[in-house]
Amino acid sequence: MAMVGMEGSLAMAEAVRLANADVVAAYPITPQTHIVERLAEMVANGELNAAYVPVESEHSAMSACLGSSATGARTFTATAGQGLELMHEVLYVASSLRLPIVMGVANRALSSPLSVWGDHSDVMAVRDTGWIQIFVENGQQAFDLTLCAFRIGEDPKVLFPVMIHMDGFHVSHVVEPLYLLNEEQVKGFLPPYKHPFPLDTDNPVTMGAFAVPILYTEARKSQETALRGTRGIINKVWSDFGKLSGRHYQAVEHYRSDNADTLLLTMGSYSEIAMEAVDQLRERGEKVGLIRLRLWRPFPFEELRQATKACRTLVVLDRCISPGGPPGPVCSETKAALYSQKKRPNIAGFIGGLGGRDLSVPEFVQMVERGRVIAAEGGEEIEMIGVRG
Amino acid sequence: MSARKKDSEITWQDIDIGAVIRTPGNAAEYKTGDWRSEKPTWNKDRCIKCGICYLFCPEGCIHHDKEGYFEGDLYYCKGCGICARECWTQAITMGPEA
Repeated sequence: MAMVGMEGSLAMAEAVRLANADVVAAYPITPQTHIVERLAEMVANGELNAAYVPVESEHSAMSACLGSSATGARTFTATAGQGLELMHEVLYVASSLRLPIVMGVANRALSSPLSVWGDHSDVMAVRDTGWIQIFVENGQQAFDLTLCAFRIGEDPKVLFPVMIHMDGFHVSHVVEPLYLLNEEQVKGFLPPYKHPFPLDTDNPVTMGAFAVPILYTEARKSQETALRGTRGIINKVWSDFGKLSGRHYQAVEHYRSDNADTLLLTMGSYSEIAMEAVDQLRERGEKVGLIRLRLWRPFPFEELRQATKACRTLVVLDRCISPGGPPGPVCSETKAALYSQKKRPNIAGFIGGLGGRDLSVPEFVQMVERGRVIAAEGGEEIEMIGVRG
Repeated sequence: MSARKKDSEITWQDIDIGAVIRTPGNAAEYKTGDWRSEKPTWNKDRCIKCGICYLFCPEGCIHHDKEGYFEGDLYYCKGCGICARECWTQAITMGPEA
């Protein structure tokens, strides 16, 4: 396929069209993005044969998605920021009922002060909702990984909803060059969705019944074991997608990390700025590399341990504050994942890129230099990067 | 749940995907009568067979016998006392569980 110029949101909408989604339910007003706006156009123009359900809130959007996915319909929605928070309680139901809804999230800050700009506050608030959560760094990945999300979520051995996180504005509203796939390629890659126990009047089932204390723990253990067991399928889908497209994805991805004594760890679009910083530092002869968490849930413990075992210092960027808590969710989870390792790096955490604040190359260089000092001292300080005063 | 085991014997491996219940209607097997601290008793001498207790019972566990008098199914009755509160003729009284 030829290269096209396309906004990240529209690239995701194009992936949903190629996946031939049956139902799109969404609330159309800010913090909503062009993803569902474009899908509404596609449905109206007859480019996508789907039921488009405009609802009165994000809470209703996710509730409508539950119903449609439960009948066996391929279901998509998108939201961001405050909208994701309004969905919150229904998100747990989607994962507990094992309904493979795919949702695009254009990650944004939370109020107040009111901000529609990008950071990871909305993501971290829904961290424990039981969804598979994948981060993209650019429009190409938004397209690719949305297609993969349908196949991952709908695999009979998976059956979990999937969030595709793209940074608000930096990916969602930026036009980039990217390659699409055609209908035939997608048809071969993505089989039809079939839920083992759908809502079906001929074979009725009860969904979402209550569980008394003697059963709730077993239900939770069943769900948790299944979520952790999805790793093999996720890897397989990404491997198959690599063969199809030539673009390869992994749970933890590396950039010039060979022989690095200091590693940066990022999630999302700032990884591309961090790559620039790594290039500059490598030119200066410093052994600095980058690792990026592609898969946020289920957390890639083994890959992270492998990736960090040889470095002395690990510098983690969080685009979210855990108020009054450890310095950022990504940093504290990284520390928790490495605590059991006999040989582990010193870790420094930085918080930055909040509410759409840009972090540029000098700030990543500063994080590496300052991070080495903080990490050697024990890394307990909370340090914000790019803050005045 | 596919296996019909006692609740206390069901393991996490027995739970169907999404904890769906593939035998709809099996809530009828669930005994709610043991939630009760007081039980209703009907006095047939006062009962006028109006059925207001039947209409108001939130558990739907009141039915009438062959003679048309009403009585509660104590397997399900949670002892809420609404029937006794609503009864026109005070034919129903709530008393402690024996």
